[in-house]
Amino acid sequence: MPTLTPDRKTTRPSRPAPELIFGDLWEFDPAPETADPKLKPRYDFFINGQFVPAKSGKYFDSVNPANEQKLAEIALAGKDDVDAAYAAAHKAFDTTWGKMPGRERAKYIYRIARLLQDRAREFAVAETLDGGKPIKESRDFDVPMAAAHFFYHAGWADKLEYVAPGRRVAPLGVVGQVIPWNFPLLMLAWKLAPALAMGNCVVLKPAETTSITCLKLAEILQDADLPPGVVNFVTGFGETGAAVMGHPTAVKVAFTGSTEVGKIIMRSLAGSGKKMTMELGGKAANIVFDDAPIDQAVEGIVNGIFFNQGHVCCAGSRLLVHEPVADKVITKLKTRIKVLRVGDPIDKNTDIGAINSREQLKKISELVDSGVKEGAEIFQPACKLPTKGFYFRPTIFSNVSMSHRIAREEIFGPVLSILTFRTVDEAIEKANNTAFGLSAGVWTDKGSRILKMSTELKAGVVWANTYNKFDPTSPFGGYKESGFGREGGRQGLLDYCKLV
Amino acid sequence: MSRLPITKTPKPYVGGAFIRSESGRTFAVKDAAGNFFANIPQCTRKDLRNAVEAAAKAGPGWAKRTAYNRGQILYRLGEMLEARRQEMIDVHVQLGGPKGPVTKAIDTAIDRLIYYAGWADKYEQLLGNVNPVASPHFNFTVTEPMGVIGVIAPDFPPLLPLISLIAPAIVSGNTVVALASEQVPYPAVLLGEMLATSDLPGGVVNILTGFRKELVPTFATHTHLRAIVGAVGADDRKALELGAAESVKRTHFVPAEGVNWLDDSAQSLFAIRDTLESKTTWHPIGA
Repeated sequence: MPTLTPDRKTTRPSRPAPELIFGDLWEFDPAPETADPKLKPRYDFFINGQFVPAKSGKYFDSVNPANEQKLAEIALAGKDDVDAAYAAAHKAFDTTWGKMPGRERAKYIYRIARLLQDRAREFAVAETLDGGKPIKESRDFDVPMAAAHFFYHAGWADKLEYVAPGRRVAPLGVVGQVIPWNFPLLMLAWKLAPALAMGNCVVLKPAETTSITCLKLAEILQDADLPPGVVNFVTGFGETGAAVMGHPTAVKVAFTGSTEVGKIIMRSLAGSGKKMTMELGGKAANIVFDDAPIDQAVEGIVNGIFFNQGHVCCAGSRLLVHEPVADKVITKLKTRIKVLRVGDPIDKNTDIGAINSREQLKKISELVDSGVKEGAEIFQPACKLPTKGFYFRPTIFSNVSMSHRIAREEIFGPVLSILTFRTVDEAIEKANNTAFGLSAGVWTDKGSRILKMSTELKAGVVWANTYNKFDPTSPFGGYKESGFGREGGRQGLLDYCKLV
Repeated sequence: MSRLPITKTPKPYVGGAFIRSESGRTFAVKDAAGNFFANIPQCTRKDLRNAVEAAAKAGPGWAKRTAYNRGQILYRLGEMLEARRQEMIDVHVQLGGPKGPVTKAIDTAIDRLIYYAGWADKYEQLLGNVNPVASPHFNFTVTEPMGVIGVIAPDFPPLLPLISLIAPAIVSGNTVVALASEQVPYPAVLLGEMLATSDLPGGVVNILTGFRKELVPTFATHTHLRAIVGAVGADDRKALELGAAESVKRTHFVPAEGVNWLDDSAQSLFAIRDTLESKTTWHPIGA
């Protein structure tokens, strides 16, 4: 079998490492996070600095996917509610925010970052209850990273002359934004922070299953004394989203979500003259070479696909493993996922929480069924799942071929498809053989190969010997049908301004 | 008896060769005096697909050239245009362009090539950067060419916008399939002859002549075109953006009329950025 690197001669006779046995032999006591999420029974829109009820009087339920219990009811926005939000944003742009010196805007955005840090644990619990992600992720990743995004972008607000060398920049006006349910608060921060730093006003709609942390952030915006109308939140389903995207006052729209919906929005806005940024789906290849540090790679693979139940647009959902180490990697991977703890997201020991909604669970199940039907080999650990709520076992498929649906379509769940390759060129060919191009992973000890792979992979983010790392300073966004525009860094700011 | 001059058969430059349309169709162009000037190939969507194939083939090699080399080749194109400057002016005038403005536009076109030639090994230093992430990783963002870019030139002026749109796309390693002015296509044919002698590899720039209404729908929907840039009217813009949605194509348009192509604002680092992707790479820092 061809290898790219010579075998390493070891002087000591190798003996298998002792295996740690967890599973059912070692019961964990429940360790729920007990901080109060301070939820209100009913959430209204946030328009012109005030909480405003739905004009139609219609509300819908937000459900905890971990136990299917109702958490709160959320106002359902119709066209007139969206109009009111845009009118407030437009007025704020003309009278306050658009005219304010950058150094003053910066201070408001810094305040938001600080107030969010103050209430971090409360927000983390609310995020986990509303979306189903493990508390360790909302506590250690989503909320601190959201605060970091506000803090980073705040400092840009008075330094905008450095954003576009040789040109002056100006805000666009009012921007419309629609965000997904996988990282509700973090996506909110990714959208708001650069828009505000650049001097734009915002109308934003969170996803229907995860509106709560968005409307909780509105409390922080009030506490920060942000001028009324600078940021407006309307809630609802796809129809509300379409009204936000298509509103004549929006000079720019930013969308994060599926490629399917992204295309619908692009079609609906064709010829409108609106600027757009799209952060869409992915089917990332995570490529492991035979010289990779295998144990670290296995951790990276697990993090790549099981982070946030695989509800990650840049998830490493296609593992491309070099043939000489395929058996070894797959064996280690199976051992590793046997000890992943699937269950109540609010428990601090939980690795994989609840699937965000019944609808998403159905979609994952359907794609997994197709994988079995098309002949891929399925492996799922025999873990116990809670009886209520939406859960899915971590799943890996081996013997997957490029034509299988599970190798081509975005599953957006804890499902890994494993393919093998023999040469560098084959790895590149397989990795790029997709309509998507959001992210990729490379695991190898050889620096020149990392740089070659990073150059050849058609993806906006390449993680080498790591995976699923994010930072406000680091631009994120896709090639091809994974969308266009970047979020984060100086590059992200350029998508929220015009050059004058 | 005076000597009868040899007239030239205008052929668009595609894949490093001078082609006739596969359809065999042409359309007649008259000069300013109303006399027959030449038959111009009326390219079809099949010609466009062939051109995209040629551009896709040339792409990886062109993108792998060093920035220094791409800069020199663009500069060389400027040399070729300068050498045939008078011929280009004369033919514009013969086709109805007023001499003063025509001269200015052609001189600006030459200078614009030199402007973009100089950017080849500099834009990356301004558009890419190292990012100070809050974790032990080395993180950097570089730009990469998108691939094959569709360029739609406006009718007037016939040459300057075409060059203003092509140059920022190819300087970074993209390849281009361009649609020439429909009203005055001949200068684009002449440009093809200069491209052929400029050291630019065949297939990097492909220029089609023909009718917008026949070719815009294919520009819109061809999935191998990763971006479309151009100066287009409202209807064409809508059609191109609708088609672009099907493969999430990038689009950057200015109006077909009313742009001051002579002005320095018509050339920019950010025109280069319009056909670039940003790629961010992470690597742990450690032993």
